[in-house]
Amino acid sequence: MRLTAITAAVALVAGAAFAETVAPDDVVYGEYGEVNESLTGVPGDADNGRMVFSTKSKGNCVSCHAVAQLPDVPFQGEVGPELTWTGEARSAEELRGIVANAKHTFEGTVMPAFYKTSGFIRPGDGYTGKAPEGDLPPILSAQDIEDLVAFLLTLKEE
Amino acid sequence: MKFKAMTAIAALLFAPAAFAGGADDDTLVVNGDIEMTTKAPAPAHLDGALDEIISGWHFRSDETQQLQTDDFENQGMIFVDQAMDIWNTAEGSEGKACADCHDDPADSMTGVAATYPKWNEDAGEVRTVQMQVNDCRVNRMGADAWKYDATDAISMEAMIASHSRGMPVNVAIDGPAAEAWEKGKEIYYTRYGQLELACASCHEENYGNYIRADHLSQGHINGFPTYRLKNAKLNGAHSRFKGCIRDTRAETFSPGSDEFIALELYVKSRGNGLSVEGPSVRN
Repeated sequence: MRLTAITAAVALVAGAAFAETVAPDDVVYGEYGEVNESLTGVPGDADNGRMVFSTKSKGNCVSCHAVAQLPDVPFQGEVGPELTWTGEARSAEELRGIVANAKHTFEGTVMPAFYKTSGFIRPGDGYTGKAPEGDLPPILSAQDIEDLVAFLLTLKEE
Repeated sequence: MKFKAMTAIAALLFAPAAFAGGADDDTLVVNGDIEMTTKAPAPAHLDGALDEIISGWHFRSDETQQLQTDDFENQGMIFVDQAMDIWNTAEGSEGKACADCHDDPADSMTGVAATYPKWNEDAGEVRTVQMQVNDCRVNRMGADAWKYDATDAISMEAMIASHSRGMPVNVAIDGPAAEAWEKGKEIYYTRYGQLELACASCHEENYGNYIRADHLSQGHINGFPTYRLKNAKLNGAHSRFKGCIRDTRAETFSPGSDEFIALELYVKSRGNGLSVEGPSVRN
């Protein structure tokens, strides 16, 4: 925990130093949907990424994707592919693009875009069922996505 | 292209495992008497989107399934009893009860749930059972209309449905109903909300799969109104639609809206051939 806290503090300082978060509408996707540039310039924190992956109010990735490395997380879904080996199969650039907006990589995929704020049909204010008052925030922050990518890269068969 | 090919391969590898864990092979007989058709060939108008239509009953646990096999265990039937009381009670300025015109619903209401929503020629619109009931209440009884999916309304719909149990769903989608049906189909395939999910994303592309703790069904409404263990009450199809669309992080439509009337007709038609099960029991 102490190390994590220090890492987070370093990350905050580093973030302030670079301070150039890429806005959702400005993300550049490559030919295969990959995103080469970090969204924040701050290295991802895999521990926080694990939390984002497993937590319902964050990424809730586990709702659809099973991961063998998280045996303590119940009710892993099977709507999307199992991600136990994704750290071997995918690069950071590919994973960043898939998490941010997988439709650039897999046309027509069911997977929601986690870093997108425009172009929706009848968007709502979270899960209230009502129209939003102002601009929609992305589902995950830029740093949450970098952290998630860092976590996904750790997923390798031992 | 490379990625798409990989996706296709992954989908092929994934599909057999997913469907093998899906619907079970149990059979549903209610009260040892009503034999339900819970699997049937998909109707032609699905254009091959599904090979077989499967009642949501098959995707539930044995314990939940059991509750629907006996009216004394099916808590939805409590609301059916309450609706019978309403049926026999005069209300409104005309001093009439449902029973004054329609006698015993076991006779007069048989088959109704199987064919609704249905085009009403005089009104020039597609009507749900609840709309038809409200038409009676307002224009024949001089009573107030019930709010859509309110307790009395959904209980009455369940009572009416109970008299069609075991009969095949057979809603008309052609002729004057075609316009609403097409509208419902468009809604079914529209990816709403910030999560950009359509009805089809889960209930056509992913039925049989677990999405967290919930086992996705094909989303038929032959079992509506449905008694859900989750909220311990009868749930109307429109309220369920609303909950699903809300969960896509979308601005929902309202129960009783033109959109949900159209969607009810379309979704009901996807289950043409399954038995009416309402009130069913689900989790």
